[in-house]
Amino acid sequence: MGNALEWIGSKLYTGLVWFEYCAKHPIFGCRLCGTCKLHDLGLTCPMTCPKQLRNGPCGGVRANGHCEVKPEMECRWVRIERRARKYWPKSWWHPRHINPPVRWDLQATSSWLNYLYNVDKHKEEYEEIKAKQQ
Amino acid sequence: MAIGNLQAVAESGAFLVTSEIGPPKGADPDAVRKAARVMKGCVDAVNLTDNQTAVVRISSVAAAVLVQQEGVEAVVQMTVRDRNRIALQSDVLGLAALGIKNVVCMSGDHPCNGNHPAAKPVYDLDSITWLQTVVQMTRDGKFQCGEEMKKKPELFVGAVENPFAPPYEYRPIRLGKKVDAGARYIQTQCAFDLDYLRRFMADVVKLGLHEQVKILVGITPMKSAKMARHMQTNVPGLQVPEAVCRRMEAAADPKEEGLAIAVETIHAVREIPGVAGIHLMPVMWEDVVPLVVERAGLLPRPTVEIATTA
Ligand code: SF4
Repeated sequence: MGNALEWIGSKLYTGLVWFEYCAKHPIFGCRLCGTCKLHDLGLTCPMTCPKQLRNGPCGGVRANGHCEVKPEMECRWVRIERRARKYWPKSWWHPRHINPPVRWDLQATSSWLNYLYNVDKHKEEYEEIKAKQQ
Repeated sequence: MAIGNLQAVAESGAFLVTSEIGPPKGADPDAVRKAARVMKGCVDAVNLTDNQTAVVRISSVAAAVLVQQEGVEAVVQMTVRDRNRIALQSDVLGLAALGIKNVVCMSGDHPCNGNHPAAKPVYDLDSITWLQTVVQMTRDGKFQCGEEMKKKPELFVGAVENPFAPPYEYRPIRLGKKVDAGARYIQTQCAFDLDYLRRFMADVVKLGLHEQVKILVGITPMKSAKMARHMQTNVPGLQVPEAVCRRMEAAADPKEEGLAIAVETIHAVREIPGVAGIHLMPVMWEDVVPLVVERAGLLPRPTVEIATTA
């Protein structure tokens, strides 16, 4: 198995990125950040938060749970927390885990391949979570 | 290098008092200097806000230098709104080289309500990974990328939290993340509705976080009934109870009433288990700081012998 990033530029890779975008953008508002967190965060994309926060809400959440920047939108983190707590198996939702910062060098790459080939280093993250639980 | 006054007082176990200065919207150093002189001796350190409400002002690092020239210890607030990880880390090296001892990491108000709504919101890191980065720099002498630096900055690193905004049950856990990231002290959003604060602190104590981090509760003395109403309706993330607004409206001398409310709040806050100090946030009313601190019985401020390490 090679490095998933070596295929960038090939027609197949571009097609895959397009496919991923078409699959995830209409439903989740995917921004092709390349390090997908949907599965960790109750199927809410943190990149749709105007501050793109990956580790919890800012201090400006309105009393009705809506975003300070976009009053018509439910704060992404109110939603992440509610959905993950209610619908996610306990072993999938790690409320206190610190998610690493976005890697902007992976912008517009395929997060699926990045996951498959561990470009996003999720394996190390899961190991860290496991180590903390013990 | 010697540790700063704030850290020394925090480690002595004394009740902490910090305050805040919002640098001016112009290149006028005197406003900052004057505010620093007013607060000298009444607080353990003074925060300098980082272009608060996303309005351009004197940079928090520059203002901190002015404040320290007046003999008051500065706490530099650093938001992730305007700088990417390169600029942020570079400023941390710079401020440590200038003799600043304290940094507070936060996300910062979005540019949409500031005076440059068309600005690019950066948010390269978030408040927690930013905090983690500063801690890594000060503790391990490593940059965010993992590379080592020659001389590490020595800083007392803190963060903020807002117990008054949803999701309420998640806020203590988020505080836990900040503790895990290495925060040594936390300054909260202004407290008016203490029920929220009590619930929050009960969870914090349950998680044992109050033993790992000093929690300073935000106090804002209100100047007028108009200000109270404004904060109640227009500022997201604040909870101002109707009773407080009514009290301000009914008062013959609103300033005096605002001061009295602040002092009462401080007394009530000190009774809440886990609270380690207060953080005064006078909005355009620096002169009130000595009055509040005095009436709350928090003077004189402790002077701690600062141990120097090689
Ligand atoms: S209120 Fe929620 S969605 Fe809006 S900027 Fe803050 S964290 Fe993001």
